[in-house]
Amino acid sequence: MPVAASAIYFLNLRGDVLINRLYRDDVGGNMVDAFRTHIMQTKELGTCPVRQIGGCSFFYMRISNVYIVIVVSNNANVACAFKFVVEAVALFRSYFGGAFDEDAIRNNFVLIYELLDEIMDFGYPQNLSPEILKLYITQEGVRSPFSSKPSDRPVPNATLQVTGAVGWRREGLVYKKNEVFLDIVESVNLLMSSKGSVLRCDVTGKILMKCFLSGMPDLKLGLNDKIGLEKEAQLKSRPAKSGKSIELDDVTFHQCVNLTRFNSEKTVSFVPPDGEFELMKYRITEGVNLPFKVLPTIKELGRSRIEVNVKVKSVFGAKMFALGVVVKIPVPKQTAKTNFTVTSGRAKYNASIDSLVWKIRKFPGQTESTLSAEVELISTTTEKKSWTRPPIQMEFQVPMFTASGLRVRFLKVWEKSGYNTVEWVRYITKAGSYEIRC
Amino acid sequence: MSRNDSKYFSTTKKGEIPELKEELNSQYKDKRKDAVKKVIAAMTVGKDVSSLFTDVVNCMQTENLELKKLVYLYLINYAKSQPDLAILAVNTFVKDSQDPNPLIRALAVRTMGCIRVDKITEYLCDPLQRCLKDDDPYVRKTAAICVAKLYDINAELVEDRGFLESLKDLISDNNPMVVANAVAALAEIQENNSRPIFEISSHTLSKLLTALNECTEWGQVFILDALSRYKAADAREAENIVERVTPRLQHANCAVVLSAVKMILLQMELITSTDVVRNLCKKMAPPLVTLLSAEPEIQYVALRNINLIVQRRPTILAHEIKVFFCKYNDPIYVKMEKLEIMIKLASDRNIDQVLLEFKEYATEVDVDFVRKAVRAIGRCAIKLERAAERCISVLLELIKIKVNYVVQEAIIVIKDIFRRYPNTYESIIATLCESLDTLDEPEAKASMIWIIGEYAERIDNADELLESFLESFPEEPAQVQLQLLTATVKLFLKKPTEGPQQMIQVVLNNATVETDNPDLRDRAYIYWRLLSTDPEAAKDVVLAEKPVITDDSNQLEPSLLDELLANIATLSSVYHKPPDVFVTRVLSSAQRTEDEDYVEGSETGFSDANPANGPASPPTGRQLAPASATGAPATPPSVAPLPDLLGDLMGMDNSIVPVDQPATPSGPPLHILLPASTGQGLQISAQLTRQDGQIFYSLLFENNSQVTLDGFMIQFNKNTFGLAAAGPLQVPQLQPGTSARTHLPMVTFQNMSQGPPSSLLQVAVKNNQQPVWYFNDKFSLHVFFTEDGRMERSSFLETWRSLPDSNEVSKDFPAIVIGSADATLERLAASNMFFIAKRKNANQDVFYFSSKLPKGVPFLIELTTVIGNPGVKCAIKSPSPEMSSLFFEAIETLLMG
Repeated sequence: MPVAASAIYFLNLRGDVLINRLYRDDVGGNMVDAFRTHIMQTKELGTCPVRQIGGCSFFYMRISNVYIVIVVSNNANVACAFKFVVEAVALFRSYFGGAFDEDAIRNNFVLIYELLDEIMDFGYPQNLSPEILKLYITQEGVRSPFSSKPSDRPVPNATLQVTGAVGWRREGLVYKKNEVFLDIVESVNLLMSSKGSVLRCDVTGKILMKCFLSGMPDLKLGLNDKIGLEKEAQLKSRPAKSGKSIELDDVTFHQCVNLTRFNSEKTVSFVPPDGEFELMKYRITEGVNLPFKVLPTIKELGRSRIEVNVKVKSVFGAKMFALGVVVKIPVPKQTAKTNFTVTSGRAKYNASIDSLVWKIRKFPGQTESTLSAEVELISTTTEKKSWTRPPIQMEFQVPMFTASGLRVRFLKVWEKSGYNTVEWVRYITKAGSYEIRC
Repeated sequence: MSRNDSKYFSTTKKGEIPELKEELNSQYKDKRKDAVKKVIAAMTVGKDVSSLFTDVVNCMQTENLELKKLVYLYLINYAKSQPDLAILAVNTFVKDSQDPNPLIRALAVRTMGCIRVDKITEYLCDPLQRCLKDDDPYVRKTAAICVAKLYDINAELVEDRGFLESLKDLISDNNPMVVANAVAALAEIQENNSRPIFEISSHTLSKLLTALNECTEWGQVFILDALSRYKAADAREAENIVERVTPRLQHANCAVVLSAVKMILLQMELITSTDVVRNLCKKMAPPLVTLLSAEPEIQYVALRNINLIVQRRPTILAHEIKVFFCKYNDPIYVKMEKLEIMIKLASDRNIDQVLLEFKEYATEVDVDFVRKAVRAIGRCAIKLERAAERCISVLLELIKIKVNYVVQEAIIVIKDIFRRYPNTYESIIATLCESLDTLDEPEAKASMIWIIGEYAERIDNADELLESFLESFPEEPAQVQLQLLTATVKLFLKKPTEGPQQMIQVVLNNATVETDNPDLRDRAYIYWRLLSTDPEAAKDVVLAEKPVITDDSNQLEPSLLDELLANIATLSSVYHKPPDVFVTRVLSSAQRTEDEDYVEGSETGFSDANPANGPASPPTGRQLAPASATGAPATPPSVAPLPDLLGDLMGMDNSIVPVDQPATPSGPPLHILLPASTGQGLQISAQLTRQDGQIFYSLLFENNSQVTLDGFMIQFNKNTFGLAAAGPLQVPQLQPGTSARTHLPMVTFQNMSQGPPSSLLQVAVKNNQQPVWYFNDKFSLHVFFTEDGRMERSSFLETWRSLPDSNEVSKDFPAIVIGSADATLERLAASNMFFIAKRKNANQDVFYFSSKLPKGVPFLIELTTVIGNPGVKCAIKSPSPEMSSLFFEAIETLLMG
């Protein structure tokens, strides 16, 4: 059954109800008590996001200082429920201007009730697109399109747009200057063994789009992916252009993309929502260009001393540079004293995360930097167990670099009025979970 | 832009309700709106504002949509408790359902469907009929869902008024969202009905598949889920369907992807062409992997489903094992599931890499995760013969680290490896024996003892080793005692020298005379008899060659797997249990009981959170396949079925068996407390009852006097539980010769009396015409038992042990006969006394129950009786033994039926 929820609760960390909405009659109104006593106040919290208590099942997620709890009594669609929560939070954020926490909920509780009534009916998710909902669920009650004057008609055919085939874009948009911004954001995930061999490595990328386009434009996006290029060559019956092409492991698209067409023609064509949205996500495991190599050597000298030596090499183009590079090198809990020398950036010992934190604001390409440190430990007599070494973690951003090698080849905009569009493309690669065991 | 609604929460002064009442009736619109917001705020934090019903409903007729929505929200919450007043709202609803604005029309129908009051439902039909044919798709899509709501309240009405036909017409609607909602509604109605209502023909199928392209993401989920019931006629049709569904795999919404995967997997069963199947597997793998970059909660759902999928189609992710490697910061529930899948995907090709990972995990911080990682190494050894040696060497390396729980876990798995590959790796026994002293966990101890017994002839000092355990025999857990018994017998049979001979005497004596554990005793007697009658036969039985084990832990049986795969993305696929195990389904719209029917084995967590732990463990349903790998040495019955058989023959089935029991609340008979003769013609009957976790005082007022009575009010004197009325008494004007019945919601711990507990409840009732009437009522303790009083067996035992014996009170009821155990269990469960376990003691049945008073005071109850014969002994243990007299009164009434 695609039912996603019988009731939804928003609780603060103490377990007080901030908002609750019962959609179905099959769960009692006091089920939240069961959640509090059996999950929140026990060690259970955080061990499993789906739990059964009595005849009811609970799905919960924590977002900032709020628990969102869904209660069901039937064989509900869990995937649907969690996705609904994620989308609903995104929707609330877009209404509250970004923040989603206890205060934001209390300050907007009337609005949230109104939205909850609209986005789910009898446990079935309805349209959650902020673009459309903002047409008729406005922030200020007084600006409600249904004010007292009968002449004051609601936004024309709001209801048609909610239910329409293009349920994410409203009609009649006009911009003086038609612009599209494309951001290609990649995060590189790496797990490297202490010996320097890559255990797993992949790139998850997303293409974020910001559209300021008039009317109902049709867009077509071309990337340098192998399958797309081959298909194109096949359709135009000419050999594929030589040049670097990459192989995408998987792609997922925003609901505006015509999937059937993608499946048959391998082209990404869509009518975009207005404003900012995530057009697509992709994943690549082959041929990843790792921006950094990390070479750690950690030696335990006797029981009370550790020698740490970490060399970081940037392997992207010499003209580029990375920003906000942070290397976290774990040290044992009983660390007493640390001494370092670094060739660039600054390092310090952070006791709350038991790590040496080495920060380099700007890291040029094709260079290397080293940290060497000596760590003294409080000598313990009883502790015989060796220190379990967590991995070294790294954060960074490299603008104008894609670890996958993905490039946008073209973005075509077609609208019946035939205006010209300006397109902007940016690339950036960030660290996802970039871990090196040591 | 953020508003400042939080101010509405801040008024918590005394006299809040009257103040709100005044504001609600204010002549200023803004003030009224603010007041409604305050009411909603109070409702949100759990205050009872039902007494403001009429005042709030009066604000309903407004042009302000925001205010209207708030009033509707209030109505959804309180209409059920004020059914008579709810009727006031009907006119506005009906009017709104004809409003020129489609949003208001839809709002009216949507809200009316949420109000489960019969009188309102009657008025819903006409507006619903209109809205199903509305010009505006927004109204139609709302009306479609409303039919499902109405069906839930009154199925007959839906069928009589032909709403099902209208709903079926909507499948051909030109608006995709209307189609999707109509499909969802029909699928739900079908699910709760045994008759065919929504049959998917190939024509509907193709229409819906076309609609898929235009639906919202959620609509696609509704349609895919509904279509997954469709059985294709042949391979060709199946291929066609799959072809049209595969593009959905590229959707950004994980629910769409999983529903598409479900549909494809189901159709694949029909497809015969291996090429097509291979191709589909190739297509499904990347989207499944992509799900692992979603939020951790979604990853968890995906992993539980992937676990199922790789059991059916092992090739699908055979090359993707790396994506299941745990990240250091993954939440523990994600790590545990990843580990499980890694074991499933481990093969000769990737085992080296996998072992390196497991070894890495075995040094992490989280103890449960470390244990599971060690166990995983053992399971790989059992699964992959060629890798067994490498696995063992990794285990030995881990043992050398000498982290206690790692060593113990390693010994447990090594025992399994010995069973899988007999006479291969015994050379390492010496290393294992070095860790003997550090073992303190029963399972590890039992495993080690099993190893010693099994290989007694190869261990020179086997008798010494076993002897060291024997000293503490009486204190050992049952699991270890059983192993010691068997190991000593094996030792004796293999080395029938003097030492073992003495040992066997000691053990048999301990295990027959000194013990209370029937399993141990039975096994000891059987060994004893075998040894004394025919030692050769004993050898044949005890030292029989054991069947080779395989790693089938967490492997589901094919028919269950089929059922779970048909439920991908749902709870069933996460719990790995078929839906009917955890869903209390009510077919058609028969009366819904909100019982908290506890489902057997409802504890779910990680894949093997409930390993069978020894013979006392209850059958855990279909959750785990018989854990022959882990359970075998601990319980010889699965090694050689013989003792088990004997056990049955001797009729000594002492194991504790949980029994499922439904709870059905029964209507309370009321006691006359104020007879008409004393009350100048007013007769009051009442009874304290509990419904859905709330205590009510059910009252019946009968006016036999000559005057009209009105203005009824009620008050309670201080009492043991501090019972007080939660709201004003709602009794209408009583004409002579009429009567009124009311349910007064009660709160506890309001005006508590001091002194010893008493079941006395003193009540005062007054009205405008008569003097104040005082009367006494007696309540039964069970109305205070809370719905969450059910204890796990383990916590029951713990609590029982943790309470001092002085807290145990017992009483005999010589006259009471329990005719049927089931009926009694049912009756007690209805009063929130939850059945925990049952055992037989001679000819007597002993039942254990738990219940809980508010503020979490547990009551542990033991009932001893011979079914069908008079005489019940009731013993209770509780932190509040002073309550026991009240308890006995209550149980006596309950048992008398």
